[in-house]
Amino acid sequence: MSFRWRLAMPLCAGLLAGSGCGDDGDSAGSGESGSLTVSAAASLTEAFGAYAAQTAADERFSFAGSDELAAQIRQGASPDVYAAASTELPQALAREGLAEQPVVFAQNSLVLAVPKDSDIGSIGDLTEPGIDLVIGTEAVPFGSYTRTVLERLPADERKAILANVRSEESDVKAPIGKLSQGAADASFTYVSDVAAASDRIEAIELPAELAPDVAYAVAVVKGAEDPEAAREFVHGLLSGAGSRALEEAGFKPPPGG
Amino acid sequence: MSGSRWFPTLLTAALAAVVLFLTVPVVGVFVNVSPAELVSSLGEEGALEALRLSLETTAIALAIILALGTPAAYLLATRTFPGRSAVVTLVELPLVLPPAVAGIALLAALGPRGLLGGLVEGTGVELVFETAGVVVALTFVASPFYIRQAQAAFAAVDPTLLQASRTLGASEARTFMRIAIPTARAGLFSGTALAWGRALGEFGATLVFAGSFQGVTQTAPLAIVERFGTDFTGALALSAVLVALSATLLLSVKLLSGPQAFGHGAPG
Repeated sequence: MSFRWRLAMPLCAGLLAGSGCGDDGDSAGSGESGSLTVSAAASLTEAFGAYAAQTAADERFSFAGSDELAAQIRQGASPDVYAAASTELPQALAREGLAEQPVVFAQNSLVLAVPKDSDIGSIGDLTEPGIDLVIGTEAVPFGSYTRTVLERLPADERKAILANVRSEESDVKAPIGKLSQGAADASFTYVSDVAAASDRIEAIELPAELAPDVAYAVAVVKGAEDPEAAREFVHGLLSGAGSRALEEAGFKPPPGG
Repeated sequence: MSGSRWFPTLLTAALAAVVLFLTVPVVGVFVNVSPAELVSSLGEEGALEALRLSLETTAIALAIILALGTPAAYLLATRTFPGRSAVVTLVELPLVLPPAVAGIALLAALGPRGLLGGLVEGTGVELVFETAGVVVALTFVASPFYIRQAQAAFAAVDPTLLQASRTLGASEARTFMRIAIPTARAGLFSGTALAWGRALGEFGATLVFAGSFQGVTQTAPLAIVERFGTDFTGALALSAVLVALSATLLLSVKLLSGPQAFGHGAPG
């Protein structure tokens, strides 16, 4: 009995520990025939899900922080389509020869997200000591947009707000969970992500002079198994079922579009 | 002749496949990072801080696990009582929980709006976004690794040894300390190593329950994932340190506890 246990334990430990970090990371590279693999920003989860329900193709999504998805592509993962919550990340992949020329397909708004029963009414309230604020890491788009907003504040206000940052998350969906559990008091996130959790969280709009431009760009990844299907998917985002799904999820059309 | 050969060949092939599969990724970490890069990325403040935090939190979690888990495992190994197998199953449950589920469960139980949230608040201890929360997450996911192993080790202690000690007049507590623990030493050591290794690699439960902030809750695995998007070399270097640390841990425990610790000995 004990002999069997001793043998089984290390194996079991390895398997369990391994399952912790893998998540959906490796699904990005599995270009199975007949299906379209799409690496997309976590904030696109609802919109792309609704879009996929209306297309004939069999899409496989890998949702994560745009920066992580770009890093996977640099490490050799080859999804067919890469859709990011920024224009710089796909642009950089195109410059490195890893993706085709990206196109802007949607805009979003960064807002202050708070639990429904919160006393916080504006960004100024975030300077209050004791507020638990969650933001994105510097690398992930929603984190870098957050830093843009804070840069536009007076230095003392920015300092007071930064002192309340309790966690830096790498995925836009993570703060939403902490807000709805009352574990965090506020977070900067996209209006579309608040819409997806509107039963427990509400959005406070940022003043126009603080709000950053949030644009989403999509590119067909070089080496896509079926570039035609990939282009068709992108096309649907610009006009058609995809753009309608985006609008319903709270996104705005691209500038001039 | 050939009819009797195929089975050993199959065994060898299976072992070769297992060893390759398990070691190639680890080799990949070291091939991709030069010693110079390793040193320079460790000079970075955030990396050292994450390692320090990892060592501190795992050490505290391990102390808690040993202090509570050892007597608990002894009880489970030496007594039968109604509902014992239910208790064993409950204790082992975190073993099969996905780490993110463990984090969500902890939040639902000990978070501000959780089952015992008020109780936690009443003690004045903060867990979410605090180092204490990391320790709680590590203890939760790692303790079954130790308790299972310790229970098996205590069960393997010859009962006549314990009886002899009692007949000679030693109290049960003294028998536990002087006979049971030293005899089960090897199993306890290997359980400790497994639990420590699991705690050192913990990612999901920590992120979901405690968050990620440099110097407070960002342990080495969290720092590695944060670097993955921006600084792949830095992520590799920190991974290399973690691999070296875990390997040292495993080896030193093996040496300390003798050859029988990892299942080389005869059963029982």
